[in-house]
Amino acid sequence: MFHVKQSRPVVVVVGGGHAGADAAHAAARRGARVVLVTLSRDGIGVMSCNPAIGGLGKGHLVREIDALDGVMGRVADRAGIQFRLLNRRKGPAVQGPRAQADRALYRAEMLAEISTHPGVSILEGEVTDFIMEGSRVAGVVLADGSRIAASATVLTTGTFLRGMIHIGTTSRPGGRIGDAPSVALAERIDEFGLPLGRLKTGTPPRLRTSSIDWDGLEMQPSDENPVFFSFLTRRAVARQVACGITRTNERTHDIIRQNLDRSAMYGGNIEGVGPRYCPSVEDKVVRFADKSAHQVFLEPEGLNSDLVYPNGLSTSLPEDVQNEYVHSIAGLERAEIAQPGYAIEYDYVDPRALASTLRLRDVEGLYLAGQINGTTGYEEAAAQGLVAGLNAAADALGLEPARFSRESSYAGVMIDDLVTRGVSEPYRMFTSRAEFRLSLRADNADQRLTPFGIGLGCVGKARQEEFARKMEALESAKAQVEGVRVSASEAADAGIRISRRGTARTGTEILAFADVGFEDLLALRPELSDIRVDIQEQLKRDALYAQYVARQAKDVENLRRDEAHAIPADFDYGRLSGLSGELRQKLVAVRPETLGQAGRVEGMTPAALTLILARLRMAERRAS
Amino acid sequence: MVNHSHTIFALSSARGKSGVAVVRLSGPGAGTALDRLAGGRPQPRHASLRALSDGDGMLDEALVLWFPKPRSLTGEDVAELHLHGSLATVDAVLRTLGNLSGHRLAEPGEFTRRALENERLDLAQVEGLSDLIEAETEAQRRQALRVLSGALGARAASWRSRLVRAAALLEATIDFADEDVPADVRPEVAELVAAVISDLRKESAGTGIAERIRDGFEVAIVGPPNVGKSTLLNALAGRDAAITSDIAGTTRDVIEVRMNLRGLPVTVLDTAGLRDGRDEIEMLGVAKARVRAEQADLRVILTECRAAAPTMEPQGDDILAVPKSDICEGDFSAKTGTGLDWLVDEIGTRLESRASTAGLAIRERHRTAMKRGIESLDRAAAQLEAGTELAEIAAEEIRSAIRALDSLAGRVDVEHILDDIFANFCIGK
Repeated sequence: MFHVKQSRPVVVVVGGGHAGADAAHAAARRGARVVLVTLSRDGIGVMSCNPAIGGLGKGHLVREIDALDGVMGRVADRAGIQFRLLNRRKGPAVQGPRAQADRALYRAEMLAEISTHPGVSILEGEVTDFIMEGSRVAGVVLADGSRIAASATVLTTGTFLRGMIHIGTTSRPGGRIGDAPSVALAERIDEFGLPLGRLKTGTPPRLRTSSIDWDGLEMQPSDENPVFFSFLTRRAVARQVACGITRTNERTHDIIRQNLDRSAMYGGNIEGVGPRYCPSVEDKVVRFADKSAHQVFLEPEGLNSDLVYPNGLSTSLPEDVQNEYVHSIAGLERAEIAQPGYAIEYDYVDPRALASTLRLRDVEGLYLAGQINGTTGYEEAAAQGLVAGLNAAADALGLEPARFSRESSYAGVMIDDLVTRGVSEPYRMFTSRAEFRLSLRADNADQRLTPFGIGLGCVGKARQEEFARKMEALESAKAQVEGVRVSASEAADAGIRISRRGTARTGTEILAFADVGFEDLLALRPELSDIRVDIQEQLKRDALYAQYVARQAKDVENLRRDEAHAIPADFDYGRLSGLSGELRQKLVAVRPETLGQAGRVEGMTPAALTLILARLRMAERRAS
Repeated sequence: MVNHSHTIFALSSARGKSGVAVVRLSGPGAGTALDRLAGGRPQPRHASLRALSDGDGMLDEALVLWFPKPRSLTGEDVAELHLHGSLATVDAVLRTLGNLSGHRLAEPGEFTRRALENERLDLAQVEGLSDLIEAETEAQRRQALRVLSGALGARAASWRSRLVRAAALLEATIDFADEDVPADVRPEVAELVAAVISDLRKESAGTGIAERIRDGFEVAIVGPPNVGKSTLLNALAGRDAAITSDIAGTTRDVIEVRMNLRGLPVTVLDTAGLRDGRDEIEMLGVAKARVRAEQADLRVILTECRAAAPTMEPQGDDILAVPKSDICEGDFSAKTGTGLDWLVDEIGTRLESRASTAGLAIRERHRTAMKRGIESLDRAAAQLEAGTELAEIAAEEIRSAIRALDSLAGRVDVEHILDDIFANFCIGK
């Protein structure tokens, strides 16, 4: 029997993947006592797919997790063996940090983070059921019969709901390779009557590093000046390595075409919907038949690992075909497959059944995060884990829920997309999903969220102090630069493209020119050189988009105004005359929490919004 | 008090040839609008006769009322202009207001919304207004559908597809930078943007759009072949507009005749007989007729006799009538003219009772939409031309243009852009 000191309310987190790890840590940071139940301690922080963290949109999410003192960013920094800032030549709003990670290091660092947090206890075991108090989840039951009572439970079990693994024409039940699916728990969840959908995803075969002929391959090294995930990281810890790049060819495509009927995907064994941005190699060959080659990135799985992840070759073809087509690729002629690629199909819970706290609306005490909500990606999972963990803790401790909004974070964009619109394919973050993309940058995630996190009580002392120092430096530098006046002729003389007859500009206005760097301003005003370099860069990034951010201010204001009108969970759409039947159905399905969210329900009209607002006002007046 | 930065305006009276048209303004710029158009603000809550001018010439002589906040309909500064009811006058006034900075046409229900936010409506009023707002929205939806299926629709669809493509190209290089996508898409994007700008300029320069979007209501005459639809149209129009013959299936396409019914501008549509066609051309005609008839503001559904089932499901307050009262038991005869007055009254009453601001408002809305679209695209073009690699800024301007044009080209969601990306580029390294 596992004993929990009942001094503080307990949050149970089921699953130790990316969602589970950040959920457990976040709930503990907020002050709850956390029990993380995982099948095995070794499963904490496992990267089941590619050995990389971050990217476009995803890197933004990791920065946000870090700004709230979450774990993914700093763990990825410590495990990073190749750092690259994507879109380095474009503007800062769309630059995304990305890193190859050493799997073993990542796992070890994550386990260290979780196990050393005094608020978290790790418990090995299989959760087979929930403790039910009426319709409320009040904890979990383990396979050995032991029970853990909890004020709130976060379920982060990935693809375990009716997971089915396909390799060629053979299929078998399973979560990821090596894990048994938990049938009993799935049956309990069925009893909740949640809306479910089916998705699929695939992985490539894993290759032996030593069997690859690296000599003839193009290599992609780490950035010279690596950009990290965590605002607190200063340097890379692990040795840096390069990735290889090769390409498929017509012979590869021929082999795949000849064997399409043996692919689980094309043989009709799979009904789930796969992500369009991560197609199997079969899909690529069929859908883009005119392309004679597709890129394959050979990503080392670790410094001491003999495995390579060939990114771009995910497949559900049988093993013998995988062997054949892999060998047709330059550099891989003698490559040895250590583990074949496979496709996995699984059920997900339609996230429209969730509130924006990630609690199931109809099941008190139960929060869902990660792949079970129809998303894909470690970063998407971790960000949800963070949100669910913060809110589960709030639930347990009687604190205010943590609400993330579209205008202040990618996490907010994701949660709102999920709970308002649901998913039709595994949901992945893209920067294009954020309507306020120029404001929601990786570089200002701390400015956007750290104060919010301090308010929630989930940001540790070290970060608070570091952030305060940075903001102090930033504010004083901003005032200094704002105080600078440069005449138009002086600016033009310095090579800035500006009309000589124009008005004088402030330093910030000079920095707003796309092709002007801080060094150009320094040439004009050398006295600004006492500003720290990182602060200089931050001022330039803030100035670049200032006019666009100002133009969006009205949209932001409208959004905030509408978000401020809360719609109670029991709001009766049936009593609203003047709503079309279709719209009423959608509103009942989504049950928006605010007028702003209601406005984003598909097919919403201004008239219907006014009606809802009128009804809200009516209720308010009755109450007062 | 909720502070809105925009001043909204709309024609708030129903339209008809006779009577007075009331244009209402609400928001911080309502007073400025009076200063500019009426040469100042009258004494609060007193009607004052003023000459309205757009700066170049007189627009109308109108009764002007001024309700400073908070004692007004919406709780904001409100002004009312009581104009002579001619369409041209109303049109000119709306256009002048739309050109004032910070002024824009109200969305359906927006006055109500502001009044609600400022606690200026009691509950009974709100309940009563909801039907009106819904009707207004419905009228706009219909009008939008009509634009999309009309001549402007084809253009709007091409703007849409070009802008989606331009956005998709830029977004692909942004969101999939480490994938197999073209490195520099600027030339193609610049070309697409330039083409849309040039189209929009042409469209908004002359009266192009004003002519193409039919002003007023559409009334469709529907029914089985040879029931007498064309005869009715001719009788209403007083001339042989549609070919009538006793051979079923004569009207293969949709014939439109504009006329004045009870002082309202109405376009009457004579549609092909709704039945299963005998040949392909006729079937096409029938399908087209059905679509047009469904989008009309009102349908006069003719049946052979009282017991016969209508060939089209009536919507709302559609009129069901039996013609040929000269040869059988019916409601009217287009041949003899008996009962025609009754039918015209029925049509007129229904149209007058509809919230009828949509036509004018839509036209003004399209004009401002195109203006804003052009502004954003001009800035996008400048960005692309400057040759910076800041694709996200050009993308931002294209997004603004797409948002501005959504009343014309339909709403574009990030999913549409992603669809285009995934259809054209093999993403997934």
